[in-house]
Amino acid sequence: MTRLFKADLHIHTCLSPCAQLEMTPRAIVRQAKLKGLDIIGISDHNSAENVVVTKKIGEKEGLVVIGGMEVTSREEVHILAFFADDEQLLKFQDIVYDNLTTGTNCTEVFGEQVVVNEIDEIIGFNQRLLIDATGLSINELVDKIHSFEGIAVASHIDREGFGIIGQLGFIPPDSGLDGFEISSKITLEEAKDRFHGRNSFITGSDAHNLLDIGKSFTQFLLELPTLKEIELALKGQGGRFLVDK
Amino acid sequence: MELQEIASRLNLEIKSAAGSLTNQVTGGYASDLLSDVIAHAQKGDVWITLQMHQNIVAVATLKELAGVILVNGRQPEEDTLQKAIHENVSILVSNLSTFELAGRLYQLGIKNDPVV
Repeated sequence: MTRLFKADLHIHTCLSPCAQLEMTPRAIVRQAKLKGLDIIGISDHNSAENVVVTKKIGEKEGLVVIGGMEVTSREEVHILAFFADDEQLLKFQDIVYDNLTTGTNCTEVFGEQVVVNEIDEIIGFNQRLLIDATGLSINELVDKIHSFEGIAVASHIDREGFGIIGQLGFIPPDSGLDGFEISSKITLEEAKDRFHGRNSFITGSDAHNLLDIGKSFTQFLLELPTLKEIELALKGQGGRFLVDK
Repeated sequence: MELQEIASRLNLEIKSAAGSLTNQVTGGYASDLLSDVIAHAQKGDVWITLQMHQNIVAVATLKELAGVILVNGRQPEEDTLQKAIHENVSILVSNLSTFELAGRLYQLGIKNDPVV
C-alpha cells in the first residue's frame, strides 16, 4: 500500500564550503524530524564524505537518509546524484575527485569543509577545492551516475546561476536526466507551465543552514521510502507519484 | 568582413565550416551563459565562448550567428562537432583567451553599433 512521504532531498552539510558549521549530521537529522520530514537527501558539493555518518544517525533516529552529492559539470551546471548503495556512491566520488582540479580550498574565501563523526566531533577537513567545477561534461556525469545505479537530477533549473537552463540555454535533448529540481521560488504549476512537456519535478530546500531545512520539500506517494521507489515516482510508474502540495 | 578572413588573420583553427565561412560578421558577442547569448546576441555576430557543449550549435542557429569561436584552445565535443557539420555552423578554435580575442577582433574593426 502506498502512502505519502515528505522528502527534502537537497541538504548541504558542514562539508560544503558555503554551508554553516551548524549543519552537522546530528543537527540536520534532528531538525528534519522536527519539520516532519520522512526522507532527506545529503548533497554536498562534489563530495560525499558526510553521507555515511548521516545515514547511521538517521537509522538510529528513524529518518530515512539518501546518500548523494551535488556535482558540478564542466559546463558549470549543478547535478544532484543519488545512490542507494554507499559503495557505489564512494566509487562515483573517486571519479569526481579524479576530475577536480588539483587546487586546494581557500578557507578564508569559501569556508571550511568539515568532516565529522556520529557525535559531531570534527575528524578532518577536506582540502580539495570542492566549489570548483569538475572536468566532466553533463553527458559524462549522467552516464557515470547511471553506471553506478544512481539517479541524476538537474538542480534548481529555474535559477540562472549553475542551473542547466541558465548555463546551457535549454535542457539538451536526450540529456538522460531522471528528474528536474525547481527551487522554492516557483510552484509546481508554474514549473509545468514554464518547462512544458516535463513532469519529473522535485523541489528541495538547498539548505545551507538549519532553519532552511524542509523550507521546500517534495511529497512522494510510495510504498517504501527508498531511492528505487522515488525513481519509480519520477517516472510515474507502479502507482508511485509526485504529489502537488 | 567574412568569417574566413577573420580565421586567417587571427590564425583560427577551423573545426567545422563547409558553406558558412563566407558569412559576413557584423558584430561580436562574448558570453559563456547560453541563456544570456539567446537574450542578447545579434544576428551576424561572431560568438566567443569557452562552452563546448552541443547546445552552442543550436544557439548559433537560433540566433543566426556568423560563427562560434572557442577560446583557450578548447576543442568542441564530438557530438557538438557532428551537429555543427550537420547544421552548417562554423566552429573555430583560438588559442587566445576571451579578452585577448575580443581585443583582436576589435582591432580588425569588428564592433557592434553602440546601444543608445
